[in-house]
Amino acid sequence: MGDKKVEAPLTAETVKNLKAGDGVLLSGVIYTARDAAHKRLVDLIDKGGQLPFDPEGSVIYYVGPSPAPPGHVIGAAGPTTSCRMDSYTPLLLKHGVKGMIGKGQRSAEVKRAIQEYTAVYFGATGGAAALISGAIVEAKMIAFDDLGTEAVRRLVVKEMPLVVINDCYGRDLYIEGKRKWSRE
Amino acid sequence: MGGKPRTVDLQEVKKAVKSLSISACTDLNRDVEESFKRAIEKEESPVGRAIFEQLLKNADIARQQSIPICQDTGFTVVFLEIGQDVSFSGGYLGDAISEGVSEAYKEGYLRKSIVKNAYTNPENTGDNTPPIVHTRIVPGDRVKITVLPKGGGSENMSRIKMMKPADGMEGVRDFVVETVRGAGANPCPPILVGVGLGGTFDYVAYLAKKSLLREIGERNPDPELARYEVEWLETINRLGIGPAGLGGRFTALDLFIEAFPRHIASYPAAVNIQCHAARSKTHTL
Repeated sequence: MGDKKVEAPLTAETVKNLKAGDGVLLSGVIYTARDAAHKRLVDLIDKGGQLPFDPEGSVIYYVGPSPAPPGHVIGAAGPTTSCRMDSYTPLLLKHGVKGMIGKGQRSAEVKRAIQEYTAVYFGATGGAAALISGAIVEAKMIAFDDLGTEAVRRLVVKEMPLVVINDCYGRDLYIEGKRKWSRE
Repeated sequence: MGGKPRTVDLQEVKKAVKSLSISACTDLNRDVEESFKRAIEKEESPVGRAIFEQLLKNADIARQQSIPICQDTGFTVVFLEIGQDVSFSGGYLGDAISEGVSEAYKEGYLRKSIVKNAYTNPENTGDNTPPIVHTRIVPGDRVKITVLPKGGGSENMSRIKMMKPADGMEGVRDFVVETVRGAGANPCPPILVGVGLGGTFDYVAYLAKKSLLREIGERNPDPELARYEVEWLETINRLGIGPAGLGGRFTALDLFIEAFPRHIASYPAAVNIQCHAARSKTHTL
């Protein structure tokens, strides 16, 4: 794993080159948001407000990091379960978000939206949070500070190890992987 | 039949809870780490092997840098076994435990994941309190403290079912396997599967959680239950979910059953799923 080097924010061209099962090393700027922040982002869109970051081509990482110890830019920072964000995701993709990083399967609606808006869902290894933390070189809180660990942060990442789970062609690595290795 | 009374200073309890909370989150237990190493040898999926390599590297980094294995440093579950000859000095036991948790999460750079009133007030309690405390009074004059920081992702995939006696162990097996199948990649496989059987609605869930305190490879002393543990683990590992859910042989590292007598009308079963960041540490005072 970890072959294709990809830059964030993403372009449609980049997304089209990514296929389910591809190992990816992601570098560039991404944003953190999980349950509480998603609710606020979607409320902002509904009220015609401006998002705290430019959504065009952006990548959202579903993470609530642990506090940064002295000498670290961030604490442990592995993915949280993505399905809790499913109900908010299609609207964010419609507004330009192109990539999501998390763990676990997505709903049928999200998978359809990934195809419709030419987006991509990456998996990070759940529980490998100390390892992933090493790929984060900058972290800055940019919105919803009151949410603490759930605040929106702007991260600069360098070669963050990911794998493409859902590509823009409708493929799903969780389904394919399980089918390949099932012995039922 | 009581023995000689012994007094335990609650400062010692607080210190133990604090240190166990920090070490549980940052120092992966050796039995789990050894199970990763054994699994790499047997995992046929190359991606699955790569995930195990990541998990081993992750455990090393966490231990060396004293940062959490997983950012979700859990709901703090404390199991206390208090010898009946013990009396405590210096305050209230519940406060000592909460203070230990609070200091660990504030000073140990652990994530505070608990919000106040579950449904009406999402404000964070700020120090990961309150913990969940399970207390048992046992013979003797010792205090055994076990801290299990339980992550939300795997807890969310856990299930309880009040089955019918007619369902039998086959029914329980199907319930356990379907729970793991339904969880898929969500609870961070490879998982540990804790199964509770018998007792009441509340007690069966406790049994499932308690089973997760066993070391990997430790079988139930009842040979029949031990046989079910091995068989159901094999069935689960035929599902193909694999490490990180990307496909492979190792969906679960182990399966534990804890059983208790049941009412003639009842057949309670509970499945408590534990992610591979299986953290629990014990200290005896």
